[in-house]
Amino acid sequence: MSRVAIIGIGWYGFRPAVEEVSFREMMFEAAARAYEDAGGLNPRTDVDAFASCQEDFWEGIAIADEFAPEPIGGTLKPVFTTTGDGLQCIANAYMMIKTGQMDVVVAESHAKPSDITNIHDIMLFAMDPLTVRSINMPNYHALAALEAQVYIVRHNVPKEALAYVVTKDKRNALHNERASYGANVTIDEVLGSPYVVSPLTKLDIAPFVDASVVVVLASEDVARKYTDTPIWIDGIHWVTEEPSLEFHNWEFPVHAMRAAEAAYKMAGIQDPIKELHFAEVDSRYSFKELQFIEALKLAPIGEAHKLLLEGAFDRDGLFPVNPSGGALGEGVPLEVHGLARLVDAVLQLRGEAGRMQLSRAERAVIHSWRGLPTTTSVVAVLSR
Amino acid sequence: MSRNIHVKHRPAVIGAGLTLFRRRMLETPKELAWIAAKQALDEAGLTLKDIDCVVIGSAPDTFDGVHFKGEYLADGAGGVGKPTMRVYVGGATGVMVPIAAWWHVASGHCNTVLAVAEEKMSSADMPHPQAVFRYIWDPVTEVPLQPNLIWIFAMEMHRYMYKCGTKKEDIALVSVKNKRNALDHPAAQVAANITVDDVLKSEVLVWPVQLLDISPVSDGAAAIVVTNENTARRQTDTPVWIDGVGWALDTTSWTNRDLAFPEYANVAAQMAYRMAGITNPRREIDVAEVYDPFDYKELHHMEGLGLAKKCEAPKLTKEGITQRDGDLPINPSGGLLGVGNPIAAAGLMKVSEIYWQLAGKAGKRQIKKPAYTGLAHAWGDLMQASTVVIMRA
Repeated sequence: MSRVAIIGIGWYGFRPAVEEVSFREMMFEAAARAYEDAGGLNPRTDVDAFASCQEDFWEGIAIADEFAPEPIGGTLKPVFTTTGDGLQCIANAYMMIKTGQMDVVVAESHAKPSDITNIHDIMLFAMDPLTVRSINMPNYHALAALEAQVYIVRHNVPKEALAYVVTKDKRNALHNERASYGANVTIDEVLGSPYVVSPLTKLDIAPFVDASVVVVLASEDVARKYTDTPIWIDGIHWVTEEPSLEFHNWEFPVHAMRAAEAAYKMAGIQDPIKELHFAEVDSRYSFKELQFIEALKLAPIGEAHKLLLEGAFDRDGLFPVNPSGGALGEGVPLEVHGLARLVDAVLQLRGEAGRMQLSRAERAVIHSWRGLPTTTSVVAVLSR
Repeated sequence: MSRNIHVKHRPAVIGAGLTLFRRRMLETPKELAWIAAKQALDEAGLTLKDIDCVVIGSAPDTFDGVHFKGEYLADGAGGVGKPTMRVYVGGATGVMVPIAAWWHVASGHCNTVLAVAEEKMSSADMPHPQAVFRYIWDPVTEVPLQPNLIWIFAMEMHRYMYKCGTKKEDIALVSVKNKRNALDHPAAQVAANITVDDVLKSEVLVWPVQLLDISPVSDGAAAIVVTNENTARRQTDTPVWIDGVGWALDTTSWTNRDLAFPEYANVAAQMAYRMAGITNPRREIDVAEVYDPFDYKELHHMEGLGLAKKCEAPKLTKEGITQRDGDLPINPSGGLLGVGNPIAAAGLMKVSEIYWQLAGKAGKRQIKKPAYTGLAHAWGDLMQASTVVIMRA
């Protein structure tokens, strides 16, 4: 059966506030760049379907998918929305091409958190209306703090390891042209920054950015017509764990592990550390990067912090994790987050990553998670 | 885009389930989802252990009042520990759910998919679920005008009546037919034996839309099991195949469109027909469930879907061709006007009905002529989206 390739990527924004254009213009800019990147593809004639990833509450619009078609060239064509992270759109596009019915599918996601004045209230609306929302927690990061606390205690993780993740990612981000939060910070500076909710300091939590990303996918035969550097999707899978906070696993992101196991199986990977070259994983909280490294089987459970402190996940280490700076360095553009990981990985695999280029980048794993209180992860294996 | 004959894993529906459609159901959204899902699993002779993937559909998050509604519904829909995906095209979501389930199976990524659609509209009660529709408009140019959703439907209905020279009494026949059909539907919310006169005398909401022209506010859920050929043959003697899928979104600028003809429905239908190899829908489709939140919409959509020529649908209705015993039965379930309109669930209810009709399991609602090919359709967003599936016995 035909393989599925990424043949074009385009992005706009990745800044704390994109003030010069609306969300629709951001989508248009990203789409225009993606179609150009895909060899001058015409969305009106060359694309079979469009998938958009967004959520109503983030958009401040009931039925937000109404605004999806025009900016991406999808008017009067098959367009639909997945309410989920951008990588879920990639999963849908992947399956649509795999049916054999479609040759070119476009995935889109955009976010303008700078327009949102009440993120905290929106997050309360994400809690179960009967059991959790009524607690009216004053800071939704408290849920992450509880998870962080369990993780730290269970595996004896020193706080320096969390701070090391922050310093590594922010330093990596200095090489990334999209990153707004690159910085040379020291472990002491992270540990000394004010607590948001103990044990998480201000620097342990990734800030928001506005961004839009558009990705063009194609079947193997068609991909060759458009590009000489297709990036293949060798495996992709997604898993949702128990969404009720009362019942879900607070200790370990099982959803990421299950998704990774399936994606690795599809890609025929037995030993990820040996067969892959780098990873782009969700790191919207510093401890999450460690948890996801373990869930993606890049370190034994509870051991990621030891390898981290030895420099194994540095840019020049044994297995670079988030060489782009990840969420801590680049920021979190809501549902675009997974596509941001994809863009960074695709540029690396193509050898077009500029100053953030790794010396060895032929096969990578990317991962996205949707933030608390969600329990969905998507994992994909990409190769050149 | 190629024909469906290349699909390696031909997807089939082997079970369906529905909750009651009612205003102010006492069950939570998760519970509604599970009631429908359990029924569908039971009919398919499967349990959750047999389900590889889950597809969830639900329309605006504001109805249930939950952010990340797909995550919230995941356990109720049976998606815990599984690949769970929520798809969404406003009111057209209910038929987008089986379309997404189709590619989950046709791609070979999943063998058996539980597709669940849920809506709890009556929770959005400030003072009426219509309040949600204040936020569907362009935030810069339209929201400040404080439009009401029924206004644009009134404009569309007016335009259709003007262009086709259709009288209100001819449109009312749709409401009369569907509400009567719904008398045989165990889940129905507003089934009734009414007359054209009752419709014409009902309260005027926004002229020419009157109370009995319109579907109610509803809570409810629907579910189907979609699986590949091997499992379908093993589980049942009456699998119903999904042979064509199509969907399309028109421009957001509804003001720039021809309101008398739903082009988006036409594009979606043509895609599905091409995939299923249908060249003459009026002859080849034996039964159709056409989205009917308003009575004129059934006529409008029949024309968009190519089941009637432009402006011909009122005539077919008047001649009884769209009745259950007619030549082209439309909405034998009772549709949204009769069974109810929990937005996303209503669309999946239509797919369930076509499944039951083609499997010969529709009981008192079974149409008189033999049914081999059926169509289910839903519509949504800013009057711009359509989703279509073609199913075969």
